[in-house]
Amino acid sequence: MLPDKEFLLRLAQSAPSELSTDEKEMVTLLNRERLICPLVMVNSSISGIVAGAKETWEAIEQYVADRAIEIDLCESGSIGLSSEEPVISVQLPERTRLFFARVTAEKVSSLLDDLFHQVIPDQLLIGQLRREGQEPWSDIPYLDEIPFFGLQNRIVMEVCGIIDPFSFGEYVARGGYKAFLTTIRSYTLSEVCDLVRDSGLRGRAGGGFPTSKKWKVAFDTPSDQKYLICNAEESDPGAFMDRTLMEGNPYQLLEGISIAAYAIGSNRAYIYIRSEYKDSIRRITNAIKELRVMGLLGDNILDSGYNLQISLRKGPGAFVCGEETALIASLEGRRGIPSSKPPYPSTSGYLGRPTVVNNVETLSNLPGIISKGPEWFKSIGLEDCTGTKIFSISGQVRMSGLVEVPMGTTFDTIVNDITGGANKGRKLKALHVGGPLGCTVPLELMKIPVSYATLKSEGLVMGSGGILVMDDKSCIVDTVRYFMNYVNKQSCGKCIPCREGTRRMAEILESITRKPVDEEGHTTLERFKEVMQLENLAEVMKDTSLCGLGQNAPNPVMSSLKYFRSEYEEHIFDRRCPSNICTELRSWYIDVEMCTGCSICAKRCPAEAIIGTARHPYFIVQEKCIGCGICFEVCKFTAVYYK
Amino acid sequence: MGITLEVNGRTIEAVKGETILTALNRNGMQVPTICNIKNLSPSGACRMCVVEVEGRENLIPACSFPIEESLVIKTHSPRVLRARKTNVELLLANHPDDCLYCERNGSCELQSLSEDLNIRERRIPGKKSPHKIDRSSPAIIRDPSKCILCGRCIRVCEEIMSTSTLDFAYRGNELQIATTLAKPLNFSNCTACGQCLIACPTGALIEHVQFPELETHIHAPGKIVVAQYSPAVAVSVAEKLGYKPGTDLSGIINAVLRRYGFDYVFETAFGADVMILEQARIYSEKRSGLQEYPLITSSCPAWVQFVEQSYPELIPHLSPLKSPQQLMGSLIREWFPRLYELEGKEIVSVVISSCTAAKSEARRVEMSRSGIPVIDLVLTTRELARLIRLSGLDLEQLEPDKPDAPFHSNGSVGLLTGVAGGEAEAVVRTIYQRKTGNELAPAKLHRFRIHKSFREMMVKAGNREIRVGSVSGLANAVELLKEIKRGKRKLDLLEVMACPDGCVNGGGQPLSMDEKIIRTRSRAIYDIDNGSTLHAAHLNPAIERLYNEFLGDPGGEMSKEILYRTYTKREVLL
Amino acid sequence: MNTETAQIDEILQRFPQIKRNALIPLLQAVQDEFGYISEEAIARIGAHLSLPTSKVFGLATFYNQFSFSRRGVYHITLCNGSSCHLARSGELLGEITKVLEISDGETTRDGLFSLEVQSCIGACGQSPVMAVNGSYYSGINVKEVREIIKQYREDASR
Ligand SMILES: Cc1cc2nc3c(=O)[nH]c(=O)nc-3n(C[C@H](O)[C@H](O)[C@H](O)COP(=O)(O)O)c2cc1C
Ligand code: SF4
Ligand code: SF4
Ligand code: SF4
Ligand code: SF4
Ligand code: SF4
Ligand code: SF4
Ligand code: SF4
Ligand code: SF4
Ligand code: FES
Ligand code: FES
Ligand code: FES
Repeated sequence: MLPDKEFLLRLAQSAPSELSTDEKEMVTLLNRERLICPLVMVNSSISGIVAGAKETWEAIEQYVADRAIEIDLCESGSIGLSSEEPVISVQLPERTRLFFARVTAEKVSSLLDDLFHQVIPDQLLIGQLRREGQEPWSDIPYLDEIPFFGLQNRIVMEVCGIIDPFSFGEYVARGGYKAFLTTIRSYTLSEVCDLVRDSGLRGRAGGGFPTSKKWKVAFDTPSDQKYLICNAEESDPGAFMDRTLMEGNPYQLLEGISIAAYAIGSNRAYIYIRSEYKDSIRRITNAIKELRVMGLLGDNILDSGYNLQISLRKGPGAFVCGEETALIASLEGRRGIPSSKPPYPSTSGYLGRPTVVNNVETLSNLPGIISKGPEWFKSIGLEDCTGTKIFSISGQVRMSGLVEVPMGTTFDTIVNDITGGANKGRKLKALHVGGPLGCTVPLELMKIPVSYATLKSEGLVMGSGGILVMDDKSCIVDTVRYFMNYVNKQSCGKCIPCREGTRRMAEILESITRKPVDEEGHTTLERFKEVMQLENLAEVMKDTSLCGLGQNAPNPVMSSLKYFRSEYEEHIFDRRCPSNICTELRSWYIDVEMCTGCSICAKRCPAEAIIGTARHPYFIVQEKCIGCGICFEVCKFTAVYYK
Repeated sequence: MGITLEVNGRTIEAVKGETILTALNRNGMQVPTICNIKNLSPSGACRMCVVEVEGRENLIPACSFPIEESLVIKTHSPRVLRARKTNVELLLANHPDDCLYCERNGSCELQSLSEDLNIRERRIPGKKSPHKIDRSSPAIIRDPSKCILCGRCIRVCEEIMSTSTLDFAYRGNELQIATTLAKPLNFSNCTACGQCLIACPTGALIEHVQFPELETHIHAPGKIVVAQYSPAVAVSVAEKLGYKPGTDLSGIINAVLRRYGFDYVFETAFGADVMILEQARIYSEKRSGLQEYPLITSSCPAWVQFVEQSYPELIPHLSPLKSPQQLMGSLIREWFPRLYELEGKEIVSVVISSCTAAKSEARRVEMSRSGIPVIDLVLTTRELARLIRLSGLDLEQLEPDKPDAPFHSNGSVGLLTGVAGGEAEAVVRTIYQRKTGNELAPAKLHRFRIHKSFREMMVKAGNREIRVGSVSGLANAVELLKEIKRGKRKLDLLEVMACPDGCVNGGGQPLSMDEKIIRTRSRAIYDIDNGSTLHAAHLNPAIERLYNEFLGDPGGEMSKEILYRTYTKREVLL
Repeated sequence: MNTETAQIDEILQRFPQIKRNALIPLLQAVQDEFGYISEEAIARIGAHLSLPTSKVFGLATFYNQFSFSRRGVYHITLCNGSSCHLARSGELLGEITKVLEISDGETTRDGLFSLEVQSCIGACGQSPVMAVNGSYYSGINVKEVREIIKQYREDASR
């Protein structure tokens, strides 16, 4: 009893009151308010797979096959708790849905045994999903009663992890595609633009540029062809909001793309997606195919006279291709090298035509804005920065995952209240916000309300919303060095300040995290001079780099120098890494008590830094030691230790 | 549509849409540039041209910023100067301190930039990228450690020469200039035209210098060292010696070469005369009916190699003649010893040419006699300038000398081959004479001397019309060939020179991308021709002697043996 | 015509339009099919799209996805994203480099292992993350990495 195309299209275009009783029945089945048989959903996106979701899935299949039970086994996206994978949810007919964490294959049969006997094993339980018309389980918390979910305001991620991303029917039965159909039926192009202007929506990719402004320029530029490009490159390591949106709710994104394309007068849209995002690609490809079948993509969509093609392009892997002009170059079949602006893509972009590049999260906001209205959107967040922002929290934190909060929420709420702060026994030290081009945020700034403007006034950036949590066992200098190395590898290499500047910065940071005695024999003074050089380099890079990559590359260095200077100084002057991360700064010693004088270490030391006489304790000459740690590895009597 | 700009407190006029750099330059203001090449698309890569624009957060690259509205600009504020200086220092951090040993010492843009910006210490230390020098090509040496990744070579090779031998490869700090699969140049489709080398601001691309090798021969007892120099050399070496561009120094060159130790000094123009004569004959013999392609010249070795690689289907239409220098080389091997009774002596044959491709050409097997190259060394104009300076002679006091007989153009027509269109013009003069018995008045050819990449003329020789074309710059040649193929253009005779404007702008010439200087060189050649009385190859008396004493009939057995060459399709990664 | 040539031809036929923007999809198809891009593939793609091969090479070397040498029987991908870095993926990399004597983008001489360092696989909650031919290992340490490699080596010799 698969719903047919006509029904789904009518559903997308009608108010609930216009449906017959039979049809309403059908809708409740489609949106899973009602079930015929038990529903089991497994998060099959990468965070789940890495934790073993594939094996969990197979175990469930085995379980039902062994017992000849009928269940509805579906893939879902992630609910955003990536440290708790594999996450599965189970809904029994008439009952609310239950979510479970860390359900690895071996736990499947006891979990399902219990559930089918109406017993809920609480070690694995996350909570139940509140839903009208369904009988709740008693003594079980609702998801929205748990701080992780309760303190969030999920408007874009609302049904991620809850719906079947492969089912167009479920999306429509939950009100999907109404926004797009209203748009093409009832609004002129500039009316859509105005609606979005009124909502105050800003680009979520990092710049916070008002979305409608960019559209307007493209709309006003006369051309035979205009393009809309969805930027799904998401190249920041540690950012995974876009992928979660694509894997959890691909139709919402495609509806958003359709609305945006219509608004700028384009009938050609591309999704530029990282080729590593295999699961996102699978879902988006399926959704595009479905929409074509439904006649929601193609020529003369539902007789509206509007044509739209959306194609998916796989980005072959380069961080800089997230930058819009580089992305366009890549789409055109060139090296992904940014070009000078002006001309901006909105006047001359893909193939020289007006092109709007928007981020996945930005576009995913559109269906909600259209269907619920700009006023609703404006009521969320701050006055000058409306709506929500999704942050991806990772690193040394209790729960890593995705957090969607209204603009203006503090880092404190996000990191401490929602994701539980530092791991047990550890203390927070700093946040790194915005990925490789982002900033190190000290604890004293945790209380500022997060918006594009407030961060900017503090000299910080939001970036795409990755938050890396660092606890007291992490080293600021090491993290910054890591980011700088990353940026240096990812620079396209076109312009001097970025190509050569990031390289020298990385080298300077490298030298700080190393023993000063290397081939070049850097003295403390020289290393200090180099650090001074960082500031000059940073300013010139900001001033003269061609694109955002080079301009923002100094951010991690400059912000950490500002807030964690003492840690740098310790590395330079005391040659010590307080958190013991920079192993190459370590000093090695031999414990006189433990050393048997076997002389193995002395024979193996590449620097001939160990002296002594056989059968007497050996000694490490610090000035000669290069810190390689070989003595530590070879000593059978654990006599070698480091400080 | 004038817009006013305020630059450093001064008001200037700008045209909407032009770049800041264009507006500045027109108003006599300079900012340093590296990656920018006049007339090619801006790339905005080096950031050397940055200026401060009021109201803009960051500095703005003047070369690629189109003016849309009034701007207030500072071109030399402390902030701008610091940025430029730091960026040059960043380049130097990855650059060897090799100036004293560098081919480009004294003519290097990086060197003068760092001087101009008063860089006096290595403030930014660092590791340098490891690189291997590519010496595989007989013509061009690539030293990536000196490359500052400006991309000029890439753009010239692509946009002007259409060979696209080079491109950027990899990215970030591994960014480099590379041929396909990073193979050595000799395994690529490089035609050795040397245009990239002219464009290169540093010593990253240089010619394969053979000057030191010459020194080992010149004083070796028993060796007869013979020089021939090409027409374009005579009018351009002056630039490197403190003379006005365009001065014809052939007399001085003869004198210096002799004092320096060359036993004989000849002009390649003689070879050109022979070539022209033969060309006219081949034309008259072969071109009876209309054909798809015209008879195409083969005097430019870069062009020849390009055809063999990219357009092997054109091989049957290429003239079978050797290039003038190779043709001369053969005569020097075969005839000259007889004339001067030097048979059995070891002869070292040296070409001095504006052409880097001639260095490659000299190594090709087709150009050898029983496995031995007919030309031993090829020196460029730049190497000649060095030789002249090294000779320690005061040029002002030197008596101009004459080249040795009979390899002497006597007239002016052989010289014309130094400039694009010259060969075609010269061939037409002889064809005309052969067909009509009269000399063609040089004035008739004036349309052929306009400064354009493609020139065309129609000459009525008796009852026949000859449509002659000349194209220079390989990219232009490719376009023209497409037109011919599509039937949009019909020609009977086509001259192709790889370098834009021909050999006066060859890869071995004094470094300059300034059109004005190149044009001065062309004009010098035209002036010589205009002032000369011997306007055609067939009027050169020495040629008659050549045929009478040595070659026999034009187009005869011996001529073919000595003057003709073969072509082979070359398989390279295109 | 040998099989590789035939396979390349088949891929080229899937992209009949001679446009530059077909270049990346074409290279992706070749990379997927062969695991690397051969000299022959470069030459044929260039000819098919009327593009100089230097441009094909220049483009392909820009992106992480393309390689010019064959992959190993076991292709190791190691995440070195920020979260994994904090979780000491650098040490894992050091271990792999030491044990297999290869660095990022290289293949062992016996053709058994190849290594690719990625920036964030997307499972930061389970850092550090490594995968061998698509099988994931998360939350691992240096010792476990050594074991995993040993295991694959034994598998191969069987
Ligand atoms: C180095 C660099 C990397 C970027 N990476 C991304 C990215 O991965 N995803 C993205 O959506 N935007 C990225 N951007 C921003 C884009 O250039 C562009 O501004 C954005 O896609 C616009 O979308 P929005 O207006 O919806 O925010 C990047 C910018 C820079 C300078
Ligand atoms: S700033 Fe960096 S990434 Fe951007 S164009 Fe310059 S070199 Fe390329
Ligand atoms: S290896 Fe250990 S026990 Fe032996 S000499 Fe060295 S420190 Fe002493
Ligand atoms: S750490 Fe290395 S260099 Fe230092 S003493 Fe031990 S073995 Fe020698
Ligand atoms: S390229 Fe220029 S700066 Fe470099 S060594 Fe040669 S002369 Fe000196
Ligand atoms: S310029 Fe300076 S360093 Fe160079 S040779 Fe002259 S004195 Fe020596
Ligand atoms: S010599 Fe000519 S063909 Fe060769 S790389 Fe340079 S510009 Fe290109
Ligand atoms: S070789 Fe010369 S022209 Fe080419 S990029 Fe390097 S410095 Fe520029
Ligand atoms: S045009 Fe002249 S200088 Fe240039 S390659 Fe041809 S023969 Fe040589
Ligand atoms: S600051 Fe370097 S490891 Fe601590
Ligand atoms: S000359 Fe303007 S950026 Fe290079
Ligand atoms: S950083 Fe390794 S999975 Fe994200």
